[in-house]
Amino acid sequence: MTPDLLIVGAGPAGISAAIEARAHALSVLLLDENAAPGGRIWQALEARGAQDQDDAGGLQTLHAFRACGANARWCAGVWAIEPDDGTVFWSQAATAHAARAAFVLLCTGATERPMPLPGWTLPGVMTVGAAQIALKTSGLLPTGATWIAGQGPLPMLYAAQTLRAGGRLAGILDLSDGIAPLRALRHLPAALRNSSDIAKGLAWRRAIARAGVPWLSATALRAQGDGVLQRITFRAGNRDRSENADLLLLHDGIIPSVQITRALGCAHLWDGGQHCWKPKVDAWGVTSLPNILVAGDGAGIGGARAAALSGRIAALYAAQALGRIDVATRDAAAAPLRAAQARQRALRPLLEALYAPRPRLLDDAATVCRCEEVTAAQIRDAASLGCLGLNQLKAFTRCGMGPCQGRMCGSSAAEVLAAARGVPVAAIEPYRTRFPTKPLTVGELAAMATE
Amino acid sequence: MLARPDTDSLTIYLDGEPLGARAGDSVAAAFLAHGIHTMRRTPVSGAPRGPYCMMGACFECLAVVDGEPGVRTCLAPVRDGMRIERQDGAHSLPHPP
Repeated sequence: MTPDLLIVGAGPAGISAAIEARAHALSVLLLDENAAPGGRIWQALEARGAQDQDDAGGLQTLHAFRACGANARWCAGVWAIEPDDGTVFWSQAATAHAARAAFVLLCTGATERPMPLPGWTLPGVMTVGAAQIALKTSGLLPTGATWIAGQGPLPMLYAAQTLRAGGRLAGILDLSDGIAPLRALRHLPAALRNSSDIAKGLAWRRAIARAGVPWLSATALRAQGDGVLQRITFRAGNRDRSENADLLLLHDGIIPSVQITRALGCAHLWDGGQHCWKPKVDAWGVTSLPNILVAGDGAGIGGARAAALSGRIAALYAAQALGRIDVATRDAAAAPLRAAQARQRALRPLLEALYAPRPRLLDDAATVCRCEEVTAAQIRDAASLGCLGLNQLKAFTRCGMGPCQGRMCGSSAAEVLAAARGVPVAAIEPYRTRFPTKPLTVGELAAMATE
Repeated sequence: MLARPDTDSLTIYLDGEPLGARAGDSVAAAFLAHGIHTMRRTPVSGAPRGPYCMMGACFECLAVVDGEPGVRTCLAPVRDGMRIERQDGAHSLPHPP
């Protein structure tokens, strides 16, 4: 099988790209690690049904995707891409597979920014996104001694969703910078181009207040317990507090998943507004490698609707490059998508200023690399011995060398190292990621089937 | 804690103990529904760990699923009769007969 377009990831960007590509008669192969399409935002939406206007739009896109004629493979984890000829390798049902595509479109989305704090490795500490996935796929709701801590739109959305569904929360710890709203104010006029999303955020806040859930501005959060989370301590209103907790949900924004683009050797840029690395792409999503494209949050955080638009734009590029449409048709089709994209992105500078990640004054004892159990103190020690970047840090400490391959520590290890060296985070060399970017058994490899 | 009304229709086994689950659950979500957060102990220090990201990125929810070690249980859909064992430290490789 040699599809015209091979798409990795079935979130809003991936499935929108598939629909657009099929409309121009491209053959499409789509791979996703999950059992069904939707990505995070539309996860299990086909099974649970639409709850609101946004869901209804998502469901419509999912139906269009199911009917578009794209070849989709589920529970299919991509572990390597050969950029020279566009061969993509993945594992599915204990067998490795490979297929060569004219264009590869990566729609691998984002992950929550790691938020290390003392005790965050205890069972019972999860991310807000993780709890939201449990809600969407399995209808799980918090039962009471649940605290949410961090900042950004997702904690508010999750709290509102879970309260509406009958869940109970002990409280929300707002770890954002108290003066951030003042700094963000100058972005408000531009953000009003997307006033519906602002209205949504304010409605979430009202729902949380109506439910009587305490909202506390806090610092110095720690998770504690004997083998499992039992309580949290924090500082709020000028006093130290200790509260019972059996579930702590953390969130500090989301950052692009760059494992595959890094391993491919694509050029990356530091995004100062979003405080993260992202692959360098042109207006069509083309990376520094001519046959590799990125659409959606994986190319910089823009949200679900912007992601869907960028997926369609990337598909138009592939359709023109493969001679299915001419340049004028492509450009005419892309123009309204770009205009809609600009409206969606209008909100980002306000959000970025409101929820800029706080400088992490990490406790020496806090684990930064969860896999290899490397603490902030060990990273600072390495810096004092002359360690300059993350690849040297591997040799000094094994930081980033466990099964998650640096996904959970890359950004925070870089911050600790940068602070210790007194340089900007962007000056710290990031992990040199290598394929396979997901674990692969010898048995899977031996059973390789070429499509 | 996370919970839901009891609507289990499938049975899975954790270290031999039967647990109810629902079609559409991942293995990790099915455990969370029973208040089970601890999935394994780390190879480095033996510290207990449980699901953290629920989306296949953190590799904290690894377990032995139907004899296969190192499975991300957050991505593994439940099947009736599935047998899961906790991983204590580094997993051992299954030996061929």
